[in-house]
Amino acid sequence: MSSFLSYLISGISLGSVYAIIALGYTMVYGIAKMLNFAHGDIIMVGAYMAYVTFTGLGLPPIAAIAVATVGCTVLGVLIEAIAYKPLRGASSLNVLITAIGVSYFLQNSALLVFGADSKTFTSLVNIPSVSIMDGAVIISGVTIASIVTCIIVMVVLTLFINKTKAGQAMLAVSEDTGAATLMGISVNRTIAITFAIGSALAGIAGVLLCSAYPTLSSQTGAMPGIKAFTAAVFGGIGSIPGAMIGGMVMGVVENLSKAYISSQLSDAIVFALLIIILLVKPTGLMGKKIQEKV
Amino acid sequence: MAENNEKYLLDVSNISISFGGLKAVDDFSIKIKKNELYGLIGPNGAGKTTVFNLLTGVYKADTGFIRLDGQDITGKKTTEINKTGIARTFQNIRLFNNLSVIDNVKVGLHEKHRYSLFEGITHLGKYGRVEKEITEKAYELIKVFELQDFADFKASQLPYGKQRKLEIARALATDPKLILLDEPAAGMNPQETQELMDTIRFVRDKFDMTVLLIEHDMKLVSGICDRLTVLNFGHMLAEGDTKEVLNDPKVIKAYLGD
Amino acid sequence: MNMKSKKIRSNIITFGLVIVFYAVMEAMLVTGSMSSLMKGLLVPLCYYMILAASLNLVVGISGELSLGHAGFMCIGAFSSAVFARMVGDSIPGGAELFISVLIGAAFAAIFGFLIGIPVLRLRGDYLAIVTLAFGEIIKNVINAVYLGVDSNGVHVSLKDVKSLGLLDDGEVIIKGAQGIGNLPRNATFTIGIVLLLITLFIITNLVNSRQGRAIMSSRDNRIAAESVGLNVSEYKLTAFVISAALAGVAGVLYSHNLANLQATSKNFGYNQSILILVFVVLGGIGNIRGSLIAALVLTILPEKLRFFNDYRMLIYAIVLIVMMIMTSAPKVVAWRKMVAEKYFKKSRETEAGGKTDAKEV
Repeated sequence: MSSFLSYLISGISLGSVYAIIALGYTMVYGIAKMLNFAHGDIIMVGAYMAYVTFTGLGLPPIAAIAVATVGCTVLGVLIEAIAYKPLRGASSLNVLITAIGVSYFLQNSALLVFGADSKTFTSLVNIPSVSIMDGAVIISGVTIASIVTCIIVMVVLTLFINKTKAGQAMLAVSEDTGAATLMGISVNRTIAITFAIGSALAGIAGVLLCSAYPTLSSQTGAMPGIKAFTAAVFGGIGSIPGAMIGGMVMGVVENLSKAYISSQLSDAIVFALLIIILLVKPTGLMGKKIQEKV
Repeated sequence: MAENNEKYLLDVSNISISFGGLKAVDDFSIKIKKNELYGLIGPNGAGKTTVFNLLTGVYKADTGFIRLDGQDITGKKTTEINKTGIARTFQNIRLFNNLSVIDNVKVGLHEKHRYSLFEGITHLGKYGRVEKEITEKAYELIKVFELQDFADFKASQLPYGKQRKLEIARALATDPKLILLDEPAAGMNPQETQELMDTIRFVRDKFDMTVLLIEHDMKLVSGICDRLTVLNFGHMLAEGDTKEVLNDPKVIKAYLGD
Repeated sequence: MNMKSKKIRSNIITFGLVIVFYAVMEAMLVTGSMSSLMKGLLVPLCYYMILAASLNLVVGISGELSLGHAGFMCIGAFSSAVFARMVGDSIPGGAELFISVLIGAAFAAIFGFLIGIPVLRLRGDYLAIVTLAFGEIIKNVINAVYLGVDSNGVHVSLKDVKSLGLLDDGEVIIKGAQGIGNLPRNATFTIGIVLLLITLFIITNLVNSRQGRAIMSSRDNRIAAESVGLNVSEYKLTAFVISAALAGVAGVLYSHNLANLQATSKNFGYNQSILILVFVVLGGIGNIRGSLIAALVLTILPEKLRFFNDYRMLIYAIVLIVMMIMTSAPKVVAWRKMVAEKYFKKSRETEAGGKTDAKEV
């Protein structure tokens, strides 16, 4: 029982990280209608930024987190402006390939700068661990930090979208880009803001992910990126609570199947779950149904 | 009762559909005889296209039944309904834009002229003979609509009026019993409309066809339709012989407002 | 010229180019003027071209985005490798390879069918992510499989070699993540080219058949296709299964070009599927010849860039982004049109004149 509980808690923690990444995916998809395949690699860049600031320059953890977050925000906005913006209005497949190009670019830049050897990431979280059930279950500081961060992100993001002008503009653009333009909303600016927020979240996720799983290489972001994307689709792409639930479910299922079924097959199980959900609900758990007008 | 119905090719009884609480079509019935040219008219948003979508299985009716030539087709899928004998055109033209004009019609001939997938991949067996048949038939059809000089153009390259004609040719290729035309004269000039009227009559006679059409152009409607049904806000306002219906004060009021 | 004879001419050019490519490569081999690096690329070039052409059948001809093509290649590779190991030297290598191709294609087709039925109900990006997921599942499961044969028959386990419970005369064929060893390595460039030609034959014939027209019309307008009596799902599935079978053939070529076969994220992961998609998109969606050329250029390019060493993949990434912007950014497209109109006005006018004539005939 206690081991189940600790697997479950670490699953929720991993799920929190997936959820933070998935939020970025889902917002970008909802507003720019594109699959940003490079999103996972921004996580990796964020982790390297934190690594350099903390381990390399010896600055305090909070500075490292700030550098990763701000750095990723800038990076996200730059990528959008240079690679994606010129392609607005082109077919979605061409945009997808461009995103793949950006993904290769980030991975190979990291490979050039930091080399092929993976780095050992020192955890930036120095919250003490908590033990419950008379010490049978120990919850690490990173776990607590991930879950708490995820909740904060969720709340702040919901408030931002519902209470601010920029947030309302995002909603309007995701609902109907053409109508939003007619209402005087700058679509370009809204998309840039979305990329900024999504990338900032990716930076935070990078720090959390590498604090929990301390190996850092140019490939670090790829698989979590794909899984977070899966989580976003699972929850219903474009939906913020959907991304949250999707990420959690994904993390918990992955951890439990690693523990109780097979570590070899845990990814297969996670992906199979996605497929089952989509077959039952073709637009994800909280996605909207779209019908074509005849 | 059943005997009575048999002389009607299309027998629609009390069909309704709502979208999110709004009744788009309410208690709609229509009976069309074989070889008839029947018009469905009404102001914008009256539910005419929705009726077509119900008849062709794009939407499923909440109530009522639809019979074609004595066969119950209520709730069937679009594909099956076409096989039973209803073909249609679309208000917002839906051609296979990247296929050539002739290939658009060939797709319509798909069901009645068959060979196996193996023959399709290898071009062996019946492939040569059936393809020749298909090509001949397709040319025959596009000649009716004077599209033969455009046979190898992409469908999307055709001017608007010719696209409408191509849609009719494609629908006829499926060898239907009943053809539904959704605003066939939309976007045509008076001369083109006149030609279209002749073509529709010609199609009815040559292919022994029954036609149900939605139209706004009153000249076309009064010129070729034998009978009419008028829809307004999803309800049937009037039905009967074309002249009588068009002189009905209720209909005039619906069209002109108060 | 009419469109049909244009199509035939275009097909002849495609087949001709493949044969010329083969002749040039063979000539270089015979005269000894080919680098060993290039020699090692000959068979891979064939399977990459098969993969690109077959994926174009789904993405271009059928209009569905699939990111799981490498999964079908994986199935073709493993099913044929298991067969090769089971028959061993008991039949001649040529016969083994021939049957392997059939087995690889059949297994990949079966999986294509089983996956296609549920998956093709989804559209667009959802289909993309589910096919990606399927590709990953296939790779993961194969990595966990242990398979052995003894006089009692075939044994399969997801745990380890021991739990296969083989008799003394037994032999382990798939060793989990270690994959399959001792493979015949009997694929040659000539066989690769023959398989590529067969692939092209199947795809170009299909496009010019009633099934091909049905597939393309379902892509162009699903609702209209249903309105003329087409069973859209059936034809989407047909394209998907044929494409999977051909990817399986590419997998057979892959596994018969190696001594050891393993499923890694490099050869059968989603990255491989994406690489094939890049060939298709850069070569032009729906353009089979373009896919072949893109596969050829993009397979050789990174190798030729080796003197840039560490920078080559970075250059590749930049080339990819720049090419996408140059070919499809709306502003660049408009600008190119403007420039073209400015400088080639004369030739365009005569061309346009020719077209009006044709209309009036």
